[in-house]
Amino acid sequence: MIKKSTIIPMPLRYLINIVLFAAFLFVMNTLITGGTISKYYSGVISSIGISIILAVSLNMATGYLGQLPLGHAGFMAVGAYTSALIMKAAAGSLITFPLALLAGGLVAALFGILIGIPALKLKGDYLAILTLGFGQIIMVVLLNIDDVLGFKLTRGAAGLQKIPKTTTFLITFICVGITCFVIHTIMKSRHGRAILSIRENEIAAESCGINTTYYKTLGFVVSAFFAGVAGGLYAGNIGILNPSAFGFMKSIEILVMVVLGGMGSMFGSVLSGGVLTALPELLRDFDKYRMVVYSLVLVVVMIFKPTGLMGTYDFSLNGLLDKLILRLKGGKGDGGGKAVLVEKEGKANE
Amino acid sequence: MLKVNDINVFYGSIHAIKGVSFEVNKGEIVTLIGANGAGKSTILNTVSGLLKSKTGSITFIDKTISNIVPHKIVAAGLAQVPEGRRVFLGMTVEENLEMGAFTRKANEISEDMDSVYVRFPRLKERRKQIAGTLSGGEQQMLAMGRALMSKPELLMLDEPSMGLAPILVEQIFDIIKELNAAGTTILLVEQNAQMALSIADRGYVLETGKIVTSAKASDLLNNDAVKKAYLGG
Repeated sequence: MIKKSTIIPMPLRYLINIVLFAAFLFVMNTLITGGTISKYYSGVISSIGISIILAVSLNMATGYLGQLPLGHAGFMAVGAYTSALIMKAAAGSLITFPLALLAGGLVAALFGILIGIPALKLKGDYLAILTLGFGQIIMVVLLNIDDVLGFKLTRGAAGLQKIPKTTTFLITFICVGITCFVIHTIMKSRHGRAILSIRENEIAAESCGINTTYYKTLGFVVSAFFAGVAGGLYAGNIGILNPSAFGFMKSIEILVMVVLGGMGSMFGSVLSGGVLTALPELLRDFDKYRMVVYSLVLVVVMIFKPTGLMGTYDFSLNGLLDKLILRLKGGKGDGGGKAVLVEKEGKANE
Repeated sequence: MLKVNDINVFYGSIHAIKGVSFEVNKGEIVTLIGANGAGKSTILNTVSGLLKSKTGSITFIDKTISNIVPHKIVAAGLAQVPEGRRVFLGMTVEENLEMGAFTRKANEISEDMDSVYVRFPRLKERRKQIAGTLSGGEQQMLAMGRALMSKPELLMLDEPSMGLAPILVEQIFDIIKELNAAGTTILLVEQNAQMALSIADRGYVLETGKIVTSAKASDLLNNDAVKKAYLGG
């Protein structure tokens, strides 16, 4: 069984999370629309949100499914261009942007199926190389498709310009919330267990009667979908798309976020996605040393904590509240130790 | 119950299984014995759908299962305990067992979980423990318990004695006998021919991808050629 709280009932747990998340959105949004947070920083905050979506979605394929795709930027690019073209074609209407994001995600998911079915027959480094190739192909196609076919679609190296800058803090973080919620829900379900079992041992998973091809593709496609949505947000945040932004380095950057946060930890992905996007902005003054610090951080983390900052640990607000309540109930002093014991028993008795 | 008819399996250009046929009847323990590389595991993997046979057919309870995908074969009632135990190391014992029942509805498994715990009391003691921290013997029990959770008609065991201390091997084989007595048909692949033949009804002897002898297990135990080749004189 999925570990459930014995103290806070399930609907209430969701409610607490939703209320707190909504409060966070409201406060931040007021600060931004009120002008307390400058336009520049609100743009940075949006790009933090986009990074979080990218990291959390890649974590699905890397941390949970146990594959090593190196083409995440390719899915992002597909989503970005799809959304951007829709936004440009139907600018103005209020529902254009959500629809454009959805379309970006769906097209990316479609590519996820197309790439996933052959790629997931391969393992480890072979899959990495195939997806790497896919990412590069997407970039090269976006760069040259106009010249070759005589369109005016992506506008090649000059970049797709004048995309309506519709990405706001609110939309970005609603997408962050949806991404985390959907992936969390999948992973807590029976499907999530199947995906985890493939990471643990594919042959054993197969001998348990799990349709491994289906679940691998599912994990991969969900991952691609949210990368596409992030791409759409990116397009609306920056306002200009250039194929070179979606190269190999972008994929690596996202992978670094996942590895640093801890493969298989959504909280880790959120944390390192946020930190690794915010840091370069905050360290603008030390621009020269930025990449040095960045690389050093990676080396140090991999030496001292090879499983990433969070390992596979996932933060649960309600889990924390449970502990707190138990501690309060257990009284002071040695109550803490007792509370932990009680909780363990509670879990064992489930 | 299981009828394998003239299968040929290739690894690339290597002809690993050359026209093998055998059958397992309901209620039996049948063993495939043979040296390293004779093709024992290959045969099991072909039956469970992990590998494909170029020719021939495999039928299981009047249903052709050659060339259908592994998860459908499990759902049809044929479970395999893969070689080298292969439990989900990062999951708890209980989660491993739940994964074994993946093809079934969640509300009908608790009874079977209890009966697995009765059969393997050790697992019950450790149900909240991470499988990676279990000993080799316990992992083998867990792998067997997990396979039982799919409620198989036929249980295929691939080298259950591999890497285990002799006392544990005996324990595992006792359990196999008990399972059989409780109604599960068993196909057992073993290098430990003596052990396997001592609990089996019938045996097939494999040599480089071909079945060279088949007989009642008790006869094979006394067969001079088998003795010489596999039982150490």
